[in-house]
Amino acid sequence: MKPTLDVASPAASQAERSGKTSVPVQRAMTSSRTLTRSRWWLWISSGCVVTVVVVVGCLGLGTQAIPYSRIIAIILDAVVGTSMEQGLDDPTSIILLQVRMPRLLLAFLVGGSLAMVGVALQALLRNPLADPFVIGISSGAALGAAIALLFGVGISVGSISALPVCAFAGALFSLIIMYRISSVQFGFSVYTLLLAGVVLNAIFSAFIMFLTSIAEPNRVYGMYAWLMGTLTGPEWSTLGMLVLYLGVGLFVLGIHAQSLNLLTLGEETARSLGVEVERVKKSVFLASALLTGAVVSFSGIIGFVGLIIPHAVRLVVSADHRLLLPMAGLVGGMFLMLADTVARTALSPSEFPVGVITALVGGPIFLWLLTTRQTQLGMK
Amino acid sequence: MVVDDAPNAVGYEVTAMMNDQHGSDVAYSLENVSFSYARGKRADSEAVLDDLSCLILSGRVLGILGPNGSGKSTLLKLLARVFEPQQGKIELLGDSLSSLSQLDVAKRVALVPQETVQVFPFTISEMVMMGRSPHHQGWGGWHWEDSQDWVIAQNAMEELDVAHLGDRLVTEVSGGERQRAVIARALVQEPQVLLLDEPTAFLDLHHQLDIARIIKRLNRDRGLTVVLVSHDLNLASQYCDHVLLLNHGRLAAMGSPQKVLNPEIIEAVYGCSVLVDKHPQSGMPRVSLPI
Repeated sequence: MKPTLDVASPAASQAERSGKTSVPVQRAMTSSRTLTRSRWWLWISSGCVVTVVVVVGCLGLGTQAIPYSRIIAIILDAVVGTSMEQGLDDPTSIILLQVRMPRLLLAFLVGGSLAMVGVALQALLRNPLADPFVIGISSGAALGAAIALLFGVGISVGSISALPVCAFAGALFSLIIMYRISSVQFGFSVYTLLLAGVVLNAIFSAFIMFLTSIAEPNRVYGMYAWLMGTLTGPEWSTLGMLVLYLGVGLFVLGIHAQSLNLLTLGEETARSLGVEVERVKKSVFLASALLTGAVVSFSGIIGFVGLIIPHAVRLVVSADHRLLLPMAGLVGGMFLMLADTVARTALSPSEFPVGVITALVGGPIFLWLLTTRQTQLGMK
Repeated sequence: MVVDDAPNAVGYEVTAMMNDQHGSDVAYSLENVSFSYARGKRADSEAVLDDLSCLILSGRVLGILGPNGSGKSTLLKLLARVFEPQQGKIELLGDSLSSLSQLDVAKRVALVPQETVQVFPFTISEMVMMGRSPHHQGWGGWHWEDSQDWVIAQNAMEELDVAHLGDRLVTEVSGGERQRAVIARALVQEPQVLLLDEPTAFLDLHHQLDIARIIKRLNRDRGLTVVLVSHDLNLASQYCDHVLLLNHGRLAAMGSPQKVLNPEIIEAVYGCSVLVDKHPQSGMPRVSLPI
C-alpha cells in the first residue's frame, strides 16, 4: 500500500535532520521586518515624537511668524498653566490657540483618517490603488453633505448636526455600490475598480453640479471652496464632535487589524484561517463610511491622501496592519498638516485649498505607480 | 450512464474500507451533501455537488479526482467550511461542521489554496505566522504572537525548507517556494486535517515530487489526515491511500487506487479510453494516454 518511493527520499532524511536540530532560533524569525511588540512601540513612539515636532514647526509659520520659544511657552501656559506668559488674551496667543492650533488639529485628524480608510479599503478590496477619493466614496459623502448644505436639512436635529449624518449616508451609499460591484465576480481587477470609481465620481459630481446650479447663489460660493477641500476656520467645539466620530471609526478599524492581514490572502483563505469574513467586511465598510462621511463633512474632498500614505508606509515600515494602520494615521496626519501649511503660507496673505496640493502631489504619484508597479499591484 | 457503474463500486469500496480499517477513526462524514453557487430556484439545476455521501478516514491521504467542473475544489472548500452546503450534513471529527465557529474549524482544519496571490509586501515569515491566528482570540482578532508561536513557525519553516526565505517578500519568491511557505502556514495552524487544492498544479517536475513527498511525510510523521484535490491521476495513485472520483458533482467511485483507477471507471468518468499498467517501482496503477 505504501509507495516505496518516498522511504529513502532525501526530503525525509532532511526532515529527520531538521527534527533533531529544531532548537528554537527565535532571532532568525524576528529579524528586520517581522513585527514584535517592542518594534511596534518603537515605531509608534518615534512617530508620535516626529508628529509633535511637525505640529510645533507648522505652528510657527504663517502671515505672522511666531518664534518657537514663544510657541512652547504659550502651549505650556495653556496646557499646564505655568504663567510664563502674561495671559492668553494677547493677539499672538489668540492666533496660535484659536486659529492655527484647531486648524492643524483638523488637518491631522482628516489626513490621518483618510490614510487609515485607504489602508482598510485596500486590504478589503485587495487593491493597492483603492482610496476613498479614487473609488468615489468621498464624492458620495460630498453629495450627501451638499444636499444637507444647500437645502439646509434641519442643519441640526437636537444637538447632532445633520451634515455629517448626510455625508455618512452618501459615503455608505457609494460603498454599497462599490461592494456590489466588487462581489459580482471573483478576481475583480484593478482596472474594473478604477473605472467603476471614475464613473461613480462622474455621476456624483453631476448631481452636485445640478444641485449647485439650482441653489441660491449665496450658498453656492461656500460650496465651491468646500468641494475643493479646505481646512479653514474650525472651532474647538466642532472639533470635539469630529474627534467623537473618528474615535468610533478608528477603533473599529484598529481592532480588525489582524483580520485585515488575513483578508489580504483572499476571502476564502481568510475564512479558512478563522475570520468571520462577512462580519468583518461589514464592520470595516461601515467604519470606513463613518470616517469618510465625518471627514468630508468637515473638510470637503481632499484626494489621494489615502493612496500615497499607505503605499509609502508599507514600503518603509511594514505591511502588517497592526503597525500599518496607526503609522499610516500618524504619517497621513503629518502629511496633511504640512500640505495645509504650504497652502496657507505659499501665497500669503491669500491662501488656496489644500486639496489642490494633495492632488498635485498625489496625482503624479498615482500615475507613476500605475505605470511602474504593475507586478506589485497584481495587475499582471 | 456513467453514474450507473458507480454505486456498486462505491457501495463495495466504502464497506471494504470500513472493514479493512477496523477501528480507525473517521475524520469527516458526509451525508447527502448538495451545494450550488446559485441561489433560489436555479440552485437545483446548477448543483455543483449533488447528494454526496462518503466517509473520510483519519490519518490517511485521500485524493479527490475528477474531470474539470466535477466539483473537486468545491468539495474541498465545503470541508474547510469556506462555504456551507445547502443540503445535507458534514461532520468533522464527530462534530457537526455547521455548529462549529469559524475559529474552531480553523484550529482543526488547514486549507492550502491552489494559488496564493499577494499584492502587498508581506514577508514569507509574516505570511507563515498568519497561520497562528486561529489560536488567538481577541477583540476583532487583534493579538500579539508569543514565543511559543515563534518556535512553532520556525520549526514549520525549517521542515518545509523555507526558513532561509523568512525575510523575502511573498511576491518575490518562486512558485515552488511560495507553495512550500503556504504549506508551512497550514502546519503552523497545528491542524488535524490538511486540505490541499491542486498542490502541484503550477510546479515543474522536481517541485511536484518535492511537494508530494512532503505531504506523504507529514501524513506519516504527524499522523495528519490529508485530503488533496488533483488532476494528476498518477500522482494520486502513488501518494494517496484512497481516492475519491467525482463526476458532475456525484460520487463516481471511492476506494484504493488499485480499485478505482481501472480503465473502465476512468473511461466512464472522463469519457476517453486510457491504458493502465503498473508503476515499475511501486506496482501502483499507472495511467497513460493512448496514441
